[in-house]
Amino acid sequence: MPAAAVAADWPGGYWWHWLFYSVAIIGFLLTMVMGAIYLERRGMGRMQSRLGPNRTGPFGLLQPVADAVKVLLKENIVPTAADKIVHFVAPIVAFAPVLMILAVLPIMNGAVLADLNIGILYIVAVSSIGTVGVFMAGWGSGNKYSLLGAMRNVAAVVSYEIPMVLAIVGVVLFAGSLTISDIIAKQDIPFILMQPLGFLLFFAAACAEINRSPFDLFEADQELVAGYMTEYSGMKFAMFYLVEYAEAIAMSAVITTIFLSGWRGPWLPPWLWFILKTFAVFFLMIWTRTTLPRVRIDQLMAFAWKFLFPLAIINLFVTAIQVLAWPDALPWFLIFINFAVMGVLVLIWSKFFRLGWGRVQV
Amino acid sequence: MFKFERFGLGIFKGMTVTIRHLFRHPTVSQYPEQRLNISRRTRGNELIWSRERCTGCATCAKACPQGAIEIVTAANTAENKYNVTKYRVDTGYCIQCGLCVEACPYDALFMGFSFERAKYRRADLVQEDDALAESPERPASGYFHPDIAAKLPEQTLLVDKITEKRKKQ
Ligand code: SF4
Ligand code: SF4
Repeated sequence: MPAAAVAADWPGGYWWHWLFYSVAIIGFLLTMVMGAIYLERRGMGRMQSRLGPNRTGPFGLLQPVADAVKVLLKENIVPTAADKIVHFVAPIVAFAPVLMILAVLPIMNGAVLADLNIGILYIVAVSSIGTVGVFMAGWGSGNKYSLLGAMRNVAAVVSYEIPMVLAIVGVVLFAGSLTISDIIAKQDIPFILMQPLGFLLFFAAACAEINRSPFDLFEADQELVAGYMTEYSGMKFAMFYLVEYAEAIAMSAVITTIFLSGWRGPWLPPWLWFILKTFAVFFLMIWTRTTLPRVRIDQLMAFAWKFLFPLAIINLFVTAIQVLAWPDALPWFLIFINFAVMGVLVLIWSKFFRLGWGRVQV
Repeated sequence: MFKFERFGLGIFKGMTVTIRHLFRHPTVSQYPEQRLNISRRTRGNELIWSRERCTGCATCAKACPQGAIEIVTAANTAENKYNVTKYRVDTGYCIQCGLCVEACPYDALFMGFSFERAKYRRADLVQEDDALAESPERPASGYFHPDIAAKLPEQTLLVDKITEKRKKQ
């Protein structure tokens, strides 16, 4: 890591820079996950006309702590048929990439562990490593439900990676750089306005990739017990639970960074903007999770290949034309065009979808 | 016909429904701490009996489909009337049908409001004589007695207007 890549106003390039940021990222992530779990359970409860957990501590704020303590004190059961080592390593393999994503996302101007010049590529590459952990969990458990859940995860990630990357490429074209800090610097107008379709595609693909409802097929309780987590208990289960929310937070942070102009914003301090935006995106995830029922596995695949993938390609094409043909176009004009393109494309593509696939109207 | 549908309108509608729920009162009440209002004309789990008005006619006992009411009278020849020596209701049998209240020709019997009378022993469910009397803790319900109901304060039964919040014990 050359020292030049570290922002000038941070004393980077020293070992304590890495140490400080590693500790800070872990602490940041764990705190955010606590907040996320609280927000999800209370928010989802209220959206479903329930209250959510409100007994532990004021407003139920200590519920995540109580859950963590409970789960840590539980017995750790490893099935006889399990591949012990793989079973043991899987949660760690699943957790590491999440931390690695956060390493390149700036919380403030320059407050980042490493500002890679291929930051976006790195995020895309690292975010799918988590799947290896999930697959190890499914394989190592020696349980058919675990394996089925893991296979579904692999299939989904392989499919959804493509629209996700294509959606990012639109942003990269506008920004003209793969570096995260450059992308943020280019967002005088957040890219969600310049790339509304890209945002939708990325959001859907991200939800599918990190196992959020309505795409949480990999642990569909009704079919697969708990998917790849079926045989996990105690601390290792807690680890997977943590990974699930940490991934959601990391993806929200990625969306914040590349679509919502990251830490930039008026009045409030930058780190607060970053956290607020991350939680706003996470709230959108909670909102869709509360509202939408789970899709079937064939619908999951159809959605990726018949809807997201073509739209992502068209979006990329349109964006490329805009960047090449009107480099000096007024941003408001582009925003208008892009929203119109999004509306027309979504309308047209809805014609290609039928309900029920061969069944009479459901 | 070329008709546009299924372009996410359903999703949009669903999302508006859930977000509206976020800002309204949840439909659950936290029972031991909060109670919903009970109707003024409720048929609670107890009877209110007035010794003064009761003539010992035992119509209530005959009307009761459960045989939950037991009444013993003794002739009071001096005053030329019956004295009730025992009035006993086994609320464990009672199905809160209110037939006894409707049957009483002398307006001596009322339903109560109570619904939290779970006991460990069946014998504790039996109420006798003056334990059945009306008192501030055991007001008579307006069931079958519109005059009583009219005197009770107006109230709402809506979930989001919970009025009673109990103190933590
Ligand atoms: S309410 Fe019905 S069951 Fe109960 S004592 Fe009266 S008549 Fe019997
Ligand atoms: S019907 Fe009324 S008056 Fe007759 S015994 Fe019962 S409570 Fe008394």
